[in-house]
Amino acid sequence: MAERKGRPFNLKSQPGFTQIAWACVVFLYAPILVLIAFSFNENRSVVRWTEFSFDWYVSAFQNDGIRNAAIVSLKVATSATLIATTFATMAALATTRTAPFRGQGLAFGIINQPLMVPEIVTAVVTLSFFALVKQVTGLTGIGYLILAHTVFCIPFAYMPIRARLEDMNLTLEQAAADLYATPFRVFRRVTLPLMAPGILAGAMLAFVVSLDDVIITLMISGPGETTLPIYIFGQIRRGITPEINAVSTVLLGVSVLLVSSFFLIGRKKA
Amino acid sequence: MGSDDGFIEIVDVTKAFGPADRRVFALGGVTATIRRGEFFTLLGPSGCGKTTLLRLIAGFELPTSGEIRLDGQEIGHLPPFRRPVNTVFQNYALFPHMTVAENIGFGLEMLDKPRAEIASTVARMLALVKMSDLAGRRTDQLSGGQQQRVALARALAPQPKVLLLDEPLSALDLKLRKEMQVELKRIQHETGITFIFVTHDQEEALTMSDRIAVMEKGHILQIGSPTEIYNAPAARFVADFIGDINFIEGEVVSCGDGRAEVRLPSGPLLSAHAGQPVSGRVTLAIRPEKIGLRAAGDGTAQLSGRITNLVYFGSGTNVHVDAGIGADIVARTTTPGVAIGDRVGLDLPFADLSVLAE
Repeated sequence: MAERKGRPFNLKSQPGFTQIAWACVVFLYAPILVLIAFSFNENRSVVRWTEFSFDWYVSAFQNDGIRNAAIVSLKVATSATLIATTFATMAALATTRTAPFRGQGLAFGIINQPLMVPEIVTAVVTLSFFALVKQVTGLTGIGYLILAHTVFCIPFAYMPIRARLEDMNLTLEQAAADLYATPFRVFRRVTLPLMAPGILAGAMLAFVVSLDDVIITLMISGPGETTLPIYIFGQIRRGITPEINAVSTVLLGVSVLLVSSFFLIGRKKA
Repeated sequence: MGSDDGFIEIVDVTKAFGPADRRVFALGGVTATIRRGEFFTLLGPSGCGKTTLLRLIAGFELPTSGEIRLDGQEIGHLPPFRRPVNTVFQNYALFPHMTVAENIGFGLEMLDKPRAEIASTVARMLALVKMSDLAGRRTDQLSGGQQQRVALARALAPQPKVLLLDEPLSALDLKLRKEMQVELKRIQHETGITFIFVTHDQEEALTMSDRIAVMEKGHILQIGSPTEIYNAPAARFVADFIGDINFIEGEVVSCGDGRAEVRLPSGPLLSAHAGQPVSGRVTLAIRPEKIGLRAAGDGTAQLSGRITNLVYFGSGTNVHVDAGIGADIVARTTTPGVAIGDRVGLDLPFADLSVLAE
């Protein structure tokens, strides 16, 4: 038998693979590393390194503008996450735990609509719609911002919950019903505990998405409703200071923490 | 009503799936009576409706028409959680977020039994399925056979009137399956609960059942004890599905007193027992091991022919004989002493040769 050196195709052995891979990593992460590094810089410059210090974190923490913006951000993100996750859970149950119904594809499309429509369109539409509502009802307040965030958070919360439910064996719920559990008890004792990791993952994703939003928030937020990204956006126009770096680093840390827990929790098998 | 003879009565049950214009009947008018305390098996190939029937009894599906009565009470339209019936699922369906003991206690907990009672019943069930030392384990740390035992204990713990088993042994390897067959019989005997067992494995059905219902295409073809089903199959499908069998075509010459004289196209006249009067073209059936094999010389055998093949399978040999009736007749013997090409005579005893209703 003739010997043949038939090696399967291996991407790693292609010329330039390693170099391109490293270039990608550098382009993605170098700016972030620079940002983090200069948040610990002692002087005012964000381009010239002098000495290590926590000064900018201290000053950011003592800055009332930043503090208020952070509080607004947390308030909005928490409320939007809670409401969006509740709706997303119900939607996921309705689209996986019922017999196929007419318009199921349409329902799926509507739930995911905020992912497809350009954000600026949603922002403009929401702005004019809210203006109308405000005029008719005379109501004002942070509720509008929370509502707008809730809408675009729903698909982000919906997807991991739905994925979790689809992985979940339907016979588990049948088994519970067979063992005398009423529909409510089936949900509370079997469905809910098993889908909990999906719900948690969805909530964290929604939280991050809400925390980072700029375009819609910029349009909707009224006076005293400045979120952290909007504050940073405003400050940058007056020149970047390491204070912004410090705030961004904290924001980044929160996002990374949440997103990695999302992956860890999502990986736990059903 | 509710007598031992008619513990579960399935009366003309149909089940259709799909929209009104494209209905598919999974069950087309099934009637059966299951006795209290018996091991009743629904046997048939996949798609014959046996699992649908089981799911109708469990309540996961509702019948399109017909009635299901348990102990005299109509249960066909009750939701599963109102039926005193528990199921052992094919894939076990153990709750992954609960321990073995929590799984077994789940049914009792849902029935709002006191804690002490739950604990003692769970302990008894664990002992019954020989799993006492694994009570605190999570179910994903168990082997297939152990999961099987937990599923069984969980379904038995609430002491259902009927236990439904949906091909519970199909995921186990052969040796474990044989072990569990014996275990199941023992547990059924100890608990005295009525078992309805679904399988496509005819050998499993014959070994374990008190009675078997053979199903095909949404209908029950025959209900009877394993010996009745094996020795007196009522239909060609039943005969063919269970064990090996020879079919012989012929024309009825006369019929009376449960005895039919049948002329084969090649000439010989055979006597077969017929459950009901028959006429015209019929099929006769006989098991290979019921056929007597003798040397051709004496000329008194009912059929004779030349051996075309010998197939040895350990406990015996199948002798294939071309007796001029089309297909070879297979006779089974433990003492062959013959060779391919030999002429042999075949005896087809009247009691073992039956006329099939088509």
